[in-house]
Amino acid sequence: MEKYYGWGLPFNASVGGEKIDQLIYIFHGFMAVLFVGWFIFLIIVLFRFRARPGHKANYHLKHFKAPSYIEVAVALFEVVLLVGFAFPIMHQYRNVPPARNESVEIRVVAEQFAWNIHYPGPDGLFGKTDVNLVKVGNAIGLDPTDPAALDDITTINQLHVPVNKPVIVRLSSKDVIHSFSLPVMRVKQDTIPGQEIPVWFTAGKTGKFEIACAQFCGLAHYRMRGFFTVEEQTEFDTWLAKQVKP
Amino acid sequence: MSHDEHKLPFWRKYIFSIDHKVIGIQYGITALLFLLLGFCLMLMMRWQLAFPAKPMPWIGGFFGDALMPGGIMLPEFYNQLGTMHGTIMIFLGVVPLGVGAFGNYFVPLQIGAPDMAFPKLNMMSYWVYFVGGVIMLASFFLPQGAAQSGWTAYPPLSDIAPAGQTWWLFGMVFLITSSLLGSVNFLVTIIQLRADGLSFFRLPFFVWAQFVTSFLLLLAFPPLEAAGVLQLMDRLAGTSFFLPSGLVVSGEILQVSGGGNPLLWQHLFWFLAHPEVYVLILPAMGIVAEIMACNTRKPIYGYKSMVYSVIFLGFMSFIVWAHHMYLVGMSTEMSAFFQVTTMIISIPSVIILTSLMLSLWGGSIRFNTPMLFAIAFLPMFGIGGLTGLPLGLAASDIHLHDTYYVIGHFHYVVAPGTIFALFAGIYYWFPKMTGRKMSEILGKIHFWFSFIFINGVFMPMFSMGLAGVSRRLWDPTQYAHAQPTQPLNVFISISAWCLALSQIPFIINFFGSIFWGEKVDTNPWQATTLEWATPSPPPHGNFETVPTVYRGPYEYSVPGREKDFHPQHESGS
Repeated sequence: MEKYYGWGLPFNASVGGEKIDQLIYIFHGFMAVLFVGWFIFLIIVLFRFRARPGHKANYHLKHFKAPSYIEVAVALFEVVLLVGFAFPIMHQYRNVPPARNESVEIRVVAEQFAWNIHYPGPDGLFGKTDVNLVKVGNAIGLDPTDPAALDDITTINQLHVPVNKPVIVRLSSKDVIHSFSLPVMRVKQDTIPGQEIPVWFTAGKTGKFEIACAQFCGLAHYRMRGFFTVEEQTEFDTWLAKQVKP
Repeated sequence: MSHDEHKLPFWRKYIFSIDHKVIGIQYGITALLFLLLGFCLMLMMRWQLAFPAKPMPWIGGFFGDALMPGGIMLPEFYNQLGTMHGTIMIFLGVVPLGVGAFGNYFVPLQIGAPDMAFPKLNMMSYWVYFVGGVIMLASFFLPQGAAQSGWTAYPPLSDIAPAGQTWWLFGMVFLITSSLLGSVNFLVTIIQLRADGLSFFRLPFFVWAQFVTSFLLLLAFPPLEAAGVLQLMDRLAGTSFFLPSGLVVSGEILQVSGGGNPLLWQHLFWFLAHPEVYVLILPAMGIVAEIMACNTRKPIYGYKSMVYSVIFLGFMSFIVWAHHMYLVGMSTEMSAFFQVTTMIISIPSVIILTSLMLSLWGGSIRFNTPMLFAIAFLPMFGIGGLTGLPLGLAASDIHLHDTYYVIGHFHYVVAPGTIFALFAGIYYWFPKMTGRKMSEILGKIHFWFSFIFINGVFMPMFSMGLAGVSRRLWDPTQYAHAQPTQPLNVFISISAWCLALSQIPFIINFFGSIFWGEKVDTNPWQATTLEWATPSPPPHGNFETVPTVYRGPYEYSVPGREKDFHPQHESGS
């Protein structure tokens, strides 16, 4: 098995996630340059201007020009990061959903402490849900009288998606705030009760990964772990067909 | 104002005192005890994080089966420890030490005032804080324990949490009220009670920092107090300000009036909690500036630009709060605004840090204990500030949000940043408060071990955060992506316990020096500001003669003078 996880950024299995990684690497390069520069300056100054017999402090401040230039350079660099990286990435991440007819659409309903995954089935329509219908075996309260609901598929903690096809996940929560995190997709989005929030991504590599809950949600937050499988379209179709319909 | 304090009975002189110095020491002792307690809570959590679900040797047995059956920490207890660690450290430890203790004791001294403007309000502020602290502590003894929804107390989780959360909210209302009383007092004191000749641009930087801090407290805390009361109503009166309709908790429909919004809390909370970061850091910067000027024996570089920067920081800190909320689903327009303000606020911080760094240039640097802590503040706060940048942009925040990266970032700002500066302040001003110096040998042992181990605690967290490990996990090994970093958790825990041992020299030094420390006169550090113009410790009423100020705060090594310092209150050029 390929090594997915270590002491740095996890494996990137997404199409486009490398832009976020790139930004993180640029940041850390920038931080390293600034910090090492400062630190060397600090060490030199501490040595050179240590108190010792015959050495006196200088009342007149040497006027430094470099800090102003560095300050301007830092500000400009921040502008570049904002305009060149952060804004375009966020625009893509939040404002440019893939076409619905070309993508897989999935609802994810978070609850303490599980991820309910809801596929629309062959008709492509999500059945109606109602909180009054929530019971054991029908965790999302799917309405059996709705024709659109008949072919719907629900799973608990099992999110399968096909590779190289855009996925739209519509996120909601039954109880408290959770955060739907797919570390290998560079996707994270809070689930806010009372709202449905979409996120989208395209998986570029197959594999078995994880859904993590990133927002503290109570006692078993630590094990609100889901399974996230990226597979070929045919395998995905086979898996979907085997799932029990409610 | 009466100066016949000596005739007062003991309880009026040392307990319900209205002397700012006694109140400052009360704040200081209480805050240090809370810091120690908050630190101990974390040391317990570090066992569970390093060795998940293993019985804690020896100590585990003291907590009984309700919290730690067989010595194994239950998740509910872990969550209480985490929540209360954050709450205690911020609201009962660092702010009361930085503002309540150092501010109270040294602002009146540094401006040449006999006391705070409203001494009784000052006393009330301390006792309201004390009651808030007692409520927080008492909540541990409730049947279901203390608050366990995180120090951020996000609803709906906090709305449906056990009773500890109600006590937490009552405690917070007291703590906020205390801060509001204190901040009004500081503002009036600094504006009204400055000595003759002490214009605003002759104020020590520490006073400026306290001045801006007080504005932040005054303007940022009321929204949280309102939010706290709303959450209390949600919990006690059946309202649902933060609860939408149609929630299903554990399979049961939650019977509430509905129509609320959980994000309302987050906006109100962070409207306080971001300025709160500057409430933590500004007094620390002030202390560092004082100590650096004194121990480089030269004026601070760019005093005026530091003052303008700190004012600008204060204003900007009110319009960056939603950078804590990039992932709640806000529009890109809104996140763009907060990303821009966040990048802008980094500029004045860099100016202050650069000025402090350049202040070392041309100095004659004395490496005593307060100076070592003050110097260490610079790179430590630097790391904290720099690691804030990737969190400040929404795109990089997607991956790093709510991971250990965030914990590493803000702890670098607050622990090796602010708390080191507060230690510097203790070593620097201890002689003024007690008339005796702390031991340099013990101080240096304390510094070097603390410096090494505190980096051992927080540096590995950046690696864990990049790996995507979430915060607030009772058992981090549940996730495959977190398992490779588990050795780091063990390393962090061992560093944390060594850090605890490194505080023993400080505790011995602190109490030992009160009795056996080297006796000092009025001005042991040969410093220029007004607190050094009065005996150590200062008498009731502070100054034997009312001081007049003739010059700026940092006139060290003035050419043509015999002594290398020229105190603010000495006449003549």
